[in-house]
Amino acid sequence: MTAIEIRGLEKIYTVGFLRKKPRQALFPLHLSIEDGEIFGFLGPNGAGKTTTLKLLMGLVFPTSGTARILGREWTDPEIKAQIGFLPEQPYFYDYLTAHELLDYYGQLSGVPAKQRKQRIEEVLVHVGLTDVKGVQLRKFSKGMLQRAGIAQAILHDPKVIFFDEPMSGLDPVGRREVRDLMEQLKQEGKTVFFSTHILSDAEALCDRVAIIYKGELRGVGAVADLTSTVQGKVDLVWQGTQVPASIKALGAECHVTGETVRAVIQENQQDAAIDALRRERLRLISLTPVRTSLEQYFVEKTQKADSTAGAAV
Amino acid sequence: MKARIGYIAANTFREAVRDRVLYNLIAFALLLSGAAILVGQISIDIERLVVVNLGLTAVSLFGIVIAIFIGIGLVSKEIEKRTLYTVLSRPVRRWEFIIGKFFGLAGTLVVNTFFMAIGVFAALLYVTHKFSVSDAFILVALYFIVLEFLIICSLALLFSSFSSPLLSAVFAFSLFVIGSFADDLRGFATLTHGLTRWIATAAAYLVPNFSTLNVISAVAHQQSIGAQLIVQNTLYALFYTAVALSGAVLIFERRNLK
Amino acid sequence: MTPQKRTTTVAAACLVVSMAACVLLLHHIDEIRPQAGVDDTLYINSPKVIQRASLGFNGLMACVYWTRAVQYFGYRHAQNERTYNELAPLLEIATALDPHMIPVYQFGANFLAPAPPNGAGEPARAVDLMQYGIRNNPDNWRLYYDLGFVYYTELRDYKRAGEVFELGSKAPNANPFMKLLAAQMAEHAEDYATARMLWMATYESSTQTDIRQNALEHLRSIKVDEAVTSLQNAVTRFIQQSGRAPASLWELAAAEHLPGIPVDPDGNPYELSFDGQVLVQHPDDFPFITKGTPPGYKRSGLAKFHTKD
Repeated sequence: MTAIEIRGLEKIYTVGFLRKKPRQALFPLHLSIEDGEIFGFLGPNGAGKTTTLKLLMGLVFPTSGTARILGREWTDPEIKAQIGFLPEQPYFYDYLTAHELLDYYGQLSGVPAKQRKQRIEEVLVHVGLTDVKGVQLRKFSKGMLQRAGIAQAILHDPKVIFFDEPMSGLDPVGRREVRDLMEQLKQEGKTVFFSTHILSDAEALCDRVAIIYKGELRGVGAVADLTSTVQGKVDLVWQGTQVPASIKALGAECHVTGETVRAVIQENQQDAAIDALRRERLRLISLTPVRTSLEQYFVEKTQKADSTAGAAV
Repeated sequence: MKARIGYIAANTFREAVRDRVLYNLIAFALLLSGAAILVGQISIDIERLVVVNLGLTAVSLFGIVIAIFIGIGLVSKEIEKRTLYTVLSRPVRRWEFIIGKFFGLAGTLVVNTFFMAIGVFAALLYVTHKFSVSDAFILVALYFIVLEFLIICSLALLFSSFSSPLLSAVFAFSLFVIGSFADDLRGFATLTHGLTRWIATAAAYLVPNFSTLNVISAVAHQQSIGAQLIVQNTLYALFYTAVALSGAVLIFERRNLK
Repeated sequence: MTPQKRTTTVAAACLVVSMAACVLLLHHIDEIRPQAGVDDTLYINSPKVIQRASLGFNGLMACVYWTRAVQYFGYRHAQNERTYNELAPLLEIATALDPHMIPVYQFGANFLAPAPPNGAGEPARAVDLMQYGIRNNPDNWRLYYDLGFVYYTELRDYKRAGEVFELGSKAPNANPFMKLLAAQMAEHAEDYATARMLWMATYESSTQTDIRQNALEHLRSIKVDEAVTSLQNAVTRFIQQSGRAPASLWELAAAEHLPGIPVDPDGNPYELSFDGQVLVQHPDDFPFITKGTPPGYKRSGLAKFHTKD
């Protein structure tokens, strides 16, 4: 089943007071997200990611187009009980404690009182805020606020969760935790839609991604498919600072970093290279196939768009 | 639906309390007790007049200030701080949000006024040593002041739904001042002719009529207030509040929350 | 897609209905509630207090009180009230807040001094007000006129009136009729011509509608008084000549060689009572006449002020 179906959502802002200039924040977007997948919405800042999310949440009204979430119109208020939303760099009512905040949101989401109590405790444990549940949010660090935000997004056990830049402002530990959490949500059968400009996160987590640039969709597909162009190269790392002549003779690029050397060679050359290392008694550390990274794909899609701007209409 | 409005109202009330709004009661208490003691020592015959006039005027002014200061930020602050996003991503209708905020603020003011009323009656008892029957009409005056608050809250909320806090404060305060002179505005209108008369009369009716809700002088002089006036004033305040709130709902419904 | 249509429709309907209800309610409230300044409940009568309470916005408050004074008088006059207790305080407050508000003094002279129901019946306070005005505006000839006016019309102190008119004629840009009036006071104070001159002066020098209307009414009444006096004299002559009262005004007109029966300013012919009294057909239309009313006549109903001559 399609969890989210975006049918041509478009947003044009009119900028300026007297001479109104239109600014196309989002070109008509067509996108489908399946049940139970983690979907990454990638793009640089200002690409239209947040606009898309705000349109889906009903915070902003589209110039044209519609969307369906879990089979219902996106403007249907009842749908909101089934979705969760974490906005970018959120603030919350800073005069409330974490517990009170979740209680309030639970009330608004229609979670019955008894269930609410239990659920709040569960969620607090989940995001690791149990110790500070009685502390006012004005005293929270950025990371803690982010976790509180995740807590309110999943509190009412929604089927679809939208995250807007969920990793922003988090330290590596925090990011790891969020990643783990999103994985867990997927395992629970939920659909996760998140926007980010950090590609490594997307690469690690997502089943599928979409790339958006300057309000336009540039590419959609499974991560594996997009990066599977195996270039037929191999990445060789060994200990030491010596570069055997025979490897150099293969025409490989070699980089010496600290105590190791890294060389990129053709796949069919890998046996010869390994032999060379053994002859020189150099210790092989790793041998990995080189794949196109998501970054390359991304850059290609966005830079190509710039250079062909105007050509494709 | 009603539950959500209640939750939003309760949260708004909680925010006001934690914002230490109720501390204004301390200032009020000091003012009133100071006045009562002073007046009790100076002269005869007008102690009651001073206490009632001063007390009720202070209740009115303190409340108006609170209503405006909190009211103007009710919506704009939530948009600025983006707390609104997480609220509206839930099954909360936009109009429920507005109505809930209104009840929260109105509730805060009613509670505030309740405590102030106790203060006024305490001061009155101090200077007159016993209550008379006509003192019951002080309650009517207080009730009318609460009606004023409802109107001001709804207006502040209306402005907050589309304009910045500073502008909202200016508009709300201006309407309060003009509304206090509503009778005179109508008087001015009757002295003009033609198109000006139409515009002036229209303005006189559009502006909230606070003169009719201000019976402080009358009550201070122990005059009685007719039941019919009480009913009409109640209806007027409720309908006017409905106008402002409908406006706020209409504006907020179509607002793009950038 | 547009926001929930239902909410919009309900809110819009609610707004319109509520607004209509507000307007209707305000109408009702006006009826049951004493209008500000109209009822005799001006609690703070002291100009000093109001001045302090105005927080420095004296000018604005002066305007407010002046407007209230006009409304107060106008409303009560239309209801044919006989008491105007708050008029003097309202005018005093307005002038205390702004001593240079000349129109207020004019209004006071015209409506504070005369007896009810056409005035508040407080000529002494009117004099005080004028004198206060003159102290604060010694070069304004109009105030001398207003003071002289009060002395003439209500207090019948022709000597003082003459003095004041004389004083005022010396003020800068004084209207020439000041000198004329001063002269008239000496010898011909009680003549109709003098009264007419005075009321014409008021009519021409004022721009306030109420004052002009009032002056107009006085002029009409003077016309009637003059006509009745002259007709009455004719009747007396007739009786002396023929030993009996004329049977009708036709007979009188014929005897006096008049073209027809004289008519009052409204075009209604005068009448002759059976005992030889000249009467006005509709005395109620002339609020200020002193002649031509039947014996035992009591002015009833509202004073109907005409809008234009």
